[in-house]
Amino acid sequence: MSTTYNVIGTRPIRHDGADKVTGRALYGADLQLARMIHGAVLRSPHAHARILRIDTSKAEALPGVFAVVTAADFPPAPADKIVDFGEGDTLLSSLRGNILASGKVLYSGHAVAAVAAVNAHVAAEAAALIEVDYEPLPCVLTAPEAMAPGAPILHENLPNGNVAELIRYEMGDLAAGFAEATVIVERELDTATVHQGYIEPQNATAFWSSDGRIHIWCSTQGSFVARDASAAVLDVPVSQVKVTPMEIGGGFGGKINVYLEPVAAMLSKKAGRPVKLVMSRRDVFTGTGPTPGSRVRVKIGVNDAGKITAAQAWLAYEAGAYPGAMVGPGAMTVFACYDIENVLIEGFDVVVNKPSTSAYRAPGAPNSALATETVLDEIAEKLGIDPLELRLRNAAKEGTRRADGPRYKRIGCIEVLEAMKASPQYNAPLPGPNCGRGVAIGFWFNAGLPSSATLSVNADGTVNLIEGSTDIGGSRTSLSMQAAEVLGLRAEDIHPTIVDTDSVGYTGVTGGSRTTFATGLAVHDAAQMVVEQMKARAARLWAVDEVSFSNGTFSANGQSLTFAQLAAQLGATGGPVSCSATVNPKGVGGSIAGLIIDVKVDPETGKTDVLRVTSVQDAGKAIHPAYVEGQMQGGTAQGIGWALNEEYFMDADGDMRNGSYLDYRMPTALDLPMIETIIVEVPNPGHPFGVRGVGEANIVPPLAAVANALYRATGKRLNRVPMNPATILGL
Amino acid sequence: MKAFDYAAPASLPEAVGLLASQPSARLLAGGTDLLVQLRSGRKEADVVIDVKKIPELNEIAFSPAGGLTIGAAVPCYRLTADASIQSHYPALVEVASWIGGTQIQGRASLGGNLCNSAPSADSIPLLIALGASALIAGPAGSRSVPVEDFCTAPGRNQLAPGELLVSIQIPPPAPFSGAAYLRFIPRNEMDIAVVGAGAAVTLSNGVIAGARIALSSVAPTPLYVPAAGESLVNQMPTAEALETAAKIAQEAASPISDMRGSAAYRRHLCAVMVRRALELAVARALEIN
Repeated sequence: MSTTYNVIGTRPIRHDGADKVTGRALYGADLQLARMIHGAVLRSPHAHARILRIDTSKAEALPGVFAVVTAADFPPAPADKIVDFGEGDTLLSSLRGNILASGKVLYSGHAVAAVAAVNAHVAAEAAALIEVDYEPLPCVLTAPEAMAPGAPILHENLPNGNVAELIRYEMGDLAAGFAEATVIVERELDTATVHQGYIEPQNATAFWSSDGRIHIWCSTQGSFVARDASAAVLDVPVSQVKVTPMEIGGGFGGKINVYLEPVAAMLSKKAGRPVKLVMSRRDVFTGTGPTPGSRVRVKIGVNDAGKITAAQAWLAYEAGAYPGAMVGPGAMTVFACYDIENVLIEGFDVVVNKPSTSAYRAPGAPNSALATETVLDEIAEKLGIDPLELRLRNAAKEGTRRADGPRYKRIGCIEVLEAMKASPQYNAPLPGPNCGRGVAIGFWFNAGLPSSATLSVNADGTVNLIEGSTDIGGSRTSLSMQAAEVLGLRAEDIHPTIVDTDSVGYTGVTGGSRTTFATGLAVHDAAQMVVEQMKARAARLWAVDEVSFSNGTFSANGQSLTFAQLAAQLGATGGPVSCSATVNPKGVGGSIAGLIIDVKVDPETGKTDVLRVTSVQDAGKAIHPAYVEGQMQGGTAQGIGWALNEEYFMDADGDMRNGSYLDYRMPTALDLPMIETIIVEVPNPGHPFGVRGVGEANIVPPLAAVANALYRATGKRLNRVPMNPATILGL
Repeated sequence: MKAFDYAAPASLPEAVGLLASQPSARLLAGGTDLLVQLRSGRKEADVVIDVKKIPELNEIAFSPAGGLTIGAAVPCYRLTADASIQSHYPALVEVASWIGGTQIQGRASLGGNLCNSAPSADSIPLLIALGASALIAGPAGSRSVPVEDFCTAPGRNQLAPGELLVSIQIPPPAPFSGAAYLRFIPRNEMDIAVVGAGAAVTLSNGVIAGARIALSSVAPTPLYVPAAGESLVNQMPTAEALETAAKIAQEAASPISDMRGSAAYRRHLCAVMVRRALELAVARALEIN
């Protein structure tokens, strides 16, 4: 493996930059089609209610209305059919029930019916004319309440009340481990439901043509997953559906699931026209998948040497209306940064009357890391040792076994901790009273999954890259750079295009921090095939057997041609060169991230000012360092918002009272300092350039780092996130 | 949002005449509240009357004797850029720069903030502290109402059907006077006050000759607390005196619990924010003159 690169590690301008900054880039809401009409979705005002009757006659009679659909228009879902979302599976019946409620509504905001009309205003008016009779039922809004005896039951068919799944990982001898400990700390911490907070609302436009083919344009993290899920809900073969991914205004895991796509398709089938659906911000908060609220209890014992002897965790995550709370990854990551012999982890996936949760950046991991990393902070204080030193004494390394089974290959935990210790911030004094510094680390697995790419050589020496990965964080460029590196070209010589599901091989979601890794591998492999074919052309041209290629130049026997010179002669040497590769990589490298945060708390108001932040992460190899830094800063900003102010503020009836960006308090640019970044590079042996995914691990440490900083600033260990001004004052 | 008729009268008499024939019309200045309310379905309109083209509603006028007149539709960006307001009413510049973000300030007006009559309105506690009054025109002529009497309930005010706000009138600043408005929000910008406090003080020979204190977000309307200001009269502006006034204001508050803060937290913040607003107002009274 070469360690010096021409393109990798540089910071070229992104290929889609001009389109994005000039407003020319087309998002789903921008789409206009001939004869297109507009839809509106009617949502439940109740968190839990039986649907007694739906009468759509008045809506259908309103002039300008083309179609009305309810759950009754959709094919029934077989009880046990699974839909594969790449980052997680879902029961088709759950997906289908979430798209339009049938029998019962399970959360306030649950879609009940939809209308298509000549314009969005008529559609909204028609939706309001749909009469729904509800029999309200008692609702349950938190995991501990939903697990209690006598709680209202959401699904009659779950075997354990509202508990959809139990997880148990056990390793070593827990009792013996705790018996060896000289210090044991146990804490229980709650987190509130929070939303990914992407800027662009969900949208979908669909046309169900009279020959049965369905074309969907939407904002999605994975066009093939949107295709497969829509086909499953509509009960049509996948080949009958084509999904064209539009530009995406953020997803963070929340745009893997489908909400509007099948509804727009069914409205189109009935109306005979293309139908566009766009969510309002309130629809996004109440009708899409946030990340679970949780209760996590962690107990850790250490000996006098600061070595963890035993660790125990109990996790209950709120799945929302349907099973699937990401408690699995929460359980697998809770002690993932540490080498511990004796472990017991129990996890509970609990349904509650809130929106059905979905993935959010390292889903499940920040909730559990909050407990582990604050308990370790307390232990470090009790032992009188530096909190980073305590972590270093227990850091996971190559060969460490996680309680859920896997043994790590090369992993950068020690390197990240050393970088944190050596960072300018960690060695700078705090500016004065009421200030505190907190640290924490976190782990995320990252994903592999299939990806495809096609490279075709243009006669002018440039190369077209055809791929199917939604570009959320600059992946057009990070993929082009990997092709350019192999082909000896500049990043600008590669022209990336993201195409529809009929036009490229199967590609999994842009999620699990996998695109630069897995689609990058497909691009790398396709580029190597291009090199081999180009070598063969040069060999034919020069009538030699062996051609070498380096730094963009083909040569043999003293003759040489640059890539562009040879590209101009392809027509005369056998025709165009184009190569495709599809990969399903297994060599995924997990990533460790760490955070150092300095805060100042106003003792009279409880307001926290974030003074300084350093994010440290193992990128394996940073293909485009600016985009790696952007991921680290983005995950850190989201994690700090989660820690300090964000939450679904529900009333007792389960209605969200702050479903707007005015009152759902995400941090703005004025609330955070410039986030300093330190990229650590411990190459992943499973990727030709050493890439590890970088999109997610960075959101794992902030909750705990903020909690630890607040403790140092105020002397209080709070047990609930968000740690907002009122809770800091205990008011 | 359903379709509505739109009219943009060019003079005050024309506007009053239109309103007389359409008493349920919604008035539009910057539209930063109204359009959001119409889109979200919180309000409906059959007719919208745009008052931005009426000269009297676009006027800023200051004289040392007469004080300041701010037309009801004058957008915030004009207030923050106005030299006479900058030198005589610095607290007003601050408030105008806190309402929404830069884009919103291009449209939003203090008149609109007053007529929207939200309990959390940022400009109203300061206007009350400054002793401002609202000039209203209607079918029966004009009338003037002290700002502290203008709001009557959340979203409701003194404007009778057929009436519109023409301008806000603020008395000239007395020598050795200062004012301030401070709000508490968990973020640094772009938020609604959990508690806001406006304060104005006038000093005479180092003693407080007059003080006015008002709060936002702690009652059904922006809340004027005369007793808090009166407690300071003839007092030196000591920490103890300011604290006492702050406690009186706190006692007058009747906050609710909602997604922006609990009643207990709001009550706590009342004393903190009033004391801090008074400290700033006193500092300004000492420094300006």
